Amino acid sequence: MSVAAGTLATRTPSSSQDSRRRIVAEPAPVRWLIVGVALLFLTVFLVVPLVAVFYQAFSRGVWPYLGALTHPDAVAAIKLTLMVAAISVSLNLVFGLIAAWAIAKFEFRGKSVLITLIDLPFSISPVISGLVFVLLFGAQGFFGGYLQEHDVRIIFALPGIVLATVLVTFPFVARELIPLMQQQGTQEEEAAISLGASGLQTFFRVTLPNVKWALLYGVLLCNARAMGEFGAVSVVSGHIRGETNTMPLHIEILYNEYQFMASFAVASLLALLALVTLIAKVVLEKYVGAE
Amino acid sequence: MKRLLTGIIASVTLSVATHAADVTLLNVSYDPTRELYADINKAFAAKYQAETGKSIEIKQSHGGSGRQARSVIDGLPADVVTLALAYDIDEVAQRGALAADWQTKLPQNASPYTSTFVFLVRKGNPKGIKDWDDLAKPGVKVITPNPKTSGGARWNYLGAWGYALKKPGGTEDSAKAFVKAIFANVPVLDTGARGSTVTFVERNVGDVLIAWENEAFLSINEFGKDKFDIVVPSITILAEPPVAVVDKVVDKKGTRAAAEAYLKFIYTKEGQEIAAKNYYRPRDPEVAKKYENVFPKVALFTIDEVFGGWKVAQKKHFADKGVFDEIYSQ
Repeated sequence: MSVAAGTLATRTPSSSQDSRRRIVAEPAPVRWLIVGVALLFLTVFLVVPLVAVFYQAFSRGVWPYLGALTHPDAVAAIKLTLMVAAISVSLNLVFGLIAAWAIAKFEFRGKSVLITLIDLPFSISPVISGLVFVLLFGAQGFFGGYLQEHDVRIIFALPGIVLATVLVTFPFVARELIPLMQQQGTQEEEAAISLGASGLQTFFRVTLPNVKWALLYGVLLCNARAMGEFGAVSVVSGHIRGETNTMPLHIEILYNEYQFMASFAVASLLALLALVTLIAKVVLEKYVGAE
Repeated sequence: MKRLLTGIIASVTLSVATHAADVTLLNVSYDPTRELYADINKAFAAKYQAETGKSIEIKQSHGGSGRQARSVIDGLPADVVTLALAYDIDEVAQRGALAADWQTKLPQNASPYTSTFVFLVRKGNPKGIKDWDDLAKPGVKVITPNPKTSGGARWNYLGAWGYALKKPGGTEDSAKAFVKAIFANVPVLDTGARGSTVTFVERNVGDVLIAWENEAFLSINEFGKDKFDIVVPSITILAEPPVAVVDKVVDKKGTRAAAEAYLKFIYTKEGQEIAAKNYYRPRDPEVAKKYENVFPKVALFTIDEVFGGWKVAQKKHFADKGVFDEIYSQ
């Protein structure tokens, strides 16, 4: 908790640096009022709920807390969540990089359509993102008959959960890279190629190092969303305990079974993972700022 | 970093793979049976191990009955379905996953336990709710799930309808107006019974929850007798939640024997006792006698008597543009 509060405190003044202060030139009380309102808002909507989660999680002490986290169903949910996040983030790292590269460095017809398509998962409801896979791979779906014949399970199993997560988290990496790559232009690559570098060499020695921080930043955001996704995963999961329940789904199940302490224990772990991501993000921003 | 990642993935896959029983069944069930099947599964696994020497693990999936049926239709590989009402299993059967006459394969309409619907009210019953009539009064907030997705909601909707029909001078029109008045008092429709219970007991929304009898008892046990009272209406519907083996899945997996043994276990004395302890009304006369003080005596009518069975009721009331759509959209 103190970590989150600390980052808030250190970040707020940095947005009112000296140069800006002169331009804005608001009297001190107004500035403090604005900062105060922002802090109050964050406290009410972020810090208090977060404290509540941890308070509830430890309401019966440390041992029951650990007991809830080491319950076989919880362990299975944690493993599944980490595995889904690892696979979908890796896939989106590759897809996102390729998409951003294509968009930023090349001119082709339909480019604006592609940019819009990349943003689509942001604007469609996660329920739809899940349902499309049921329509495609469900037993009554488009490929359902074929899959059943060959005993391939997509939905209500790991592949379906990964697919839904990939779809929902697709924009994060690409969106982070496109503006930066566009800004950097193609001059450095052109120079590399004119000096005799091959396409792959250019990519790994010039393009990739130029965007590495933005890429890592996108991966972190993508990971945070991948671990926390509820709606789309809920549709394709089938809710089999100890098998296809991810952490968010497991939290809901525990809550509905009146196991509030256990539910918040798992929630606190998920929040902790999110906080770690957040801290990593702040550290990264410092690096990027220093370069 | 990459090596670390592959290491993690490898160890996760390994540990998932090593943890497996000799036989694994998947029981796709409806919302309020979570605690019931947790107990049944434990007892059955012990018995199965003792009798066959093989370990068995029964995995559970719970949700609104209609939604669960939909998942099985879409390919959720359930060895057995234990849903809230026969129509939902009929829907699965229609797509060929099990034989159309599934309900004749186990005794008593394939329903090893029954239940009914009661009203859960706030302590002291501040709104003075005594019978179905009081739910239709203005100013009473009624909590019930969505009949489109929840089996329990369909049962209690028909319970209200049947009550209105059986009143002196009751007609189809008066029943429709009555049920419409009740649903006008519903501020939120959750997708399943458990969602509605949480809305009522945990989020403190509403004056009365139309609850499965077992959900009502469970809420009182979980949250204390000082918070809620159970009100039993003068007459209500007998709910028969059925169970069935999903032929298509068990024949493919080779789990038919285990799945059939599992469902038959619920009919044994031991299974019936577990049902009664979880506040489901047992079918076995001896066990029923033993627990007769637990369950309030109430006049019950069946769906076959009043509505001519689930197929007819479903088509008339809950199908697209059925009576429920008419009532709720206006």
